[in-house]
Amino acid sequence: MKYTEEHEWLRVEGDVVVVGITAHAAEQLGDVVFVELPEVGQTLTRDDEVVVIESVKAASDILAPLDGEVTEVNDAIVNDPGKVNEDPEGEAWFFKMKVEDMSALDDFMDEAGYKDFIG
Amino acid sequence: MSDLYRTPLHALHLSLGARMVPFAGYDMPVQYALGVMKEHLHTRAAAGLFDVSHMGQVILRGPDVAAALETLIPQDVAGLGEGRQRYGFFTTPDGGIADDLMFANRGDHLFVVVNAACKDQDIAHMRAALEPRGIAVTPVTDRALIALQGPQAEAVLAGLNPSVRDMAFMDVATVTLLGAECWVSRSGYTGEDGYEISVPEAMAEPLAKALLADDRVEAIGLGARDSLRLEGGLCLYGHDIDTTTTPVEAALVWAMQKVRRAGGDRQGGFPGDGPILAQLAAGPARKRVGLRPEGRAPMREGTPLFDAESGGAQVGHITSGGFGPTVGAPVAMGYVATASAAADTLLFGEVRGKRLPVRVAALPFVPAGFKR
Repeated sequence: MKYTEEHEWLRVEGDVVVVGITAHAAEQLGDVVFVELPEVGQTLTRDDEVVVIESVKAASDILAPLDGEVTEVNDAIVNDPGKVNEDPEGEAWFFKMKVEDMSALDDFMDEAGYKDFIG
Repeated sequence: MSDLYRTPLHALHLSLGARMVPFAGYDMPVQYALGVMKEHLHTRAAAGLFDVSHMGQVILRGPDVAAALETLIPQDVAGLGEGRQRYGFFTTPDGGIADDLMFANRGDHLFVVVNAACKDQDIAHMRAALEPRGIAVTPVTDRALIALQGPQAEAVLAGLNPSVRDMAFMDVATVTLLGAECWVSRSGYTGEDGYEISVPEAMAEPLAKALLADDRVEAIGLGARDSLRLEGGLCLYGHDIDTTTTPVEAALVWAMQKVRRAGGDRQGGFPGDGPILAQLAAGPARKRVGLRPEGRAPMREGTPLFDAESGGAQVGHITSGGFGPTVGAPVAMGYVATASAAADTLLFGEVRGKRLPVRVAALPFVPAGFKR
């Protein structure tokens, strides 16, 4: 598992990367009430605003962590946004993307690095 | 954080694991471990305890104090019976709203509660206008203010003093709780039944702990306080009402008793009486309304409202908006042109560059649980 400074986690499954937000991020956001996901087939450029997530408090954007293409989105969290608080690092993944250059993942933090990052 | 004021319950908030935020100059709990959603739902299902000690408590005492206060607000103060409370607002010379408030007739004085962010200016305003009339304006700085809200509030508080059962909505009384002299009103700002309790600061924490010891009571932060009042259709000063909105536009005419309106025995005589009464007669060009987004996306404060999905004209904007946990969907309030203000009118709120459907809706979104 890799982690971004935007509090996303990235998990490699074959040639795709699964993207979600960390438990720390979900806790900071508070109760999630709305999620808007990208379209399957959408081309992503790193740092594109790709997901909108709204909690009881505020709206936040999730940025694309890498260049690539969306292969699957998790409609379950659109229908039940509360799942993001219940299981942010499991069932409540956001989207999967095909990434051409998997070596780009090496730039991100590992779990120990992320734990240091959030203090 | 040392520049922020602390309420007498500050240490209790920290011990309960509250997330603290600066609010109106105070370090206040925005939520506890339960989180905003569950705190909101718990208040509507059972009872919630709120620290509202940051609000301003003021005693007005002197000759003809009711008539004196009537020079500042468009409410019927003189006709308010002893042991009764009313909602009101300070108006500005051009007809805006300088703050909203609660005022109570406590026999030999009036007891006023104003918003935290406005209290210094409200106190200065009252002093300037009322002291020349021989009225003493005395801020109460040695008392906390605790709200207990929800359908179980009566049963819980009656455990400390059964006399609170006999109070009706907007009654006020002096009630002994844990041996302390408390000034209790049957009111609140959640749309639920409940009480607001002015308690000597030394007894604030023991009283809060005694109430929280009841399984039916949870501590509730400012986050849920905001979503509760929004579902209740209640205005938040500085957002839904301010110096640029008149009481007529804000749909608060119900809180201006007939005796103060044109043709009443004590008509006018408050700041902005000319423009406000003229607007009441002619009708306002815009009105505060409830709004229900049709999708799941919340429409927040500042969202512009249009009369068409593309093109068209901007007809208003949202002043408060978010997710309504009890409604189970986004809810909002805002101002729209009178022609667009009828219930069920379809409008479009622009969110992240997209116009999304939203319908004008009756307020409140959740029926009030007051004990009349």
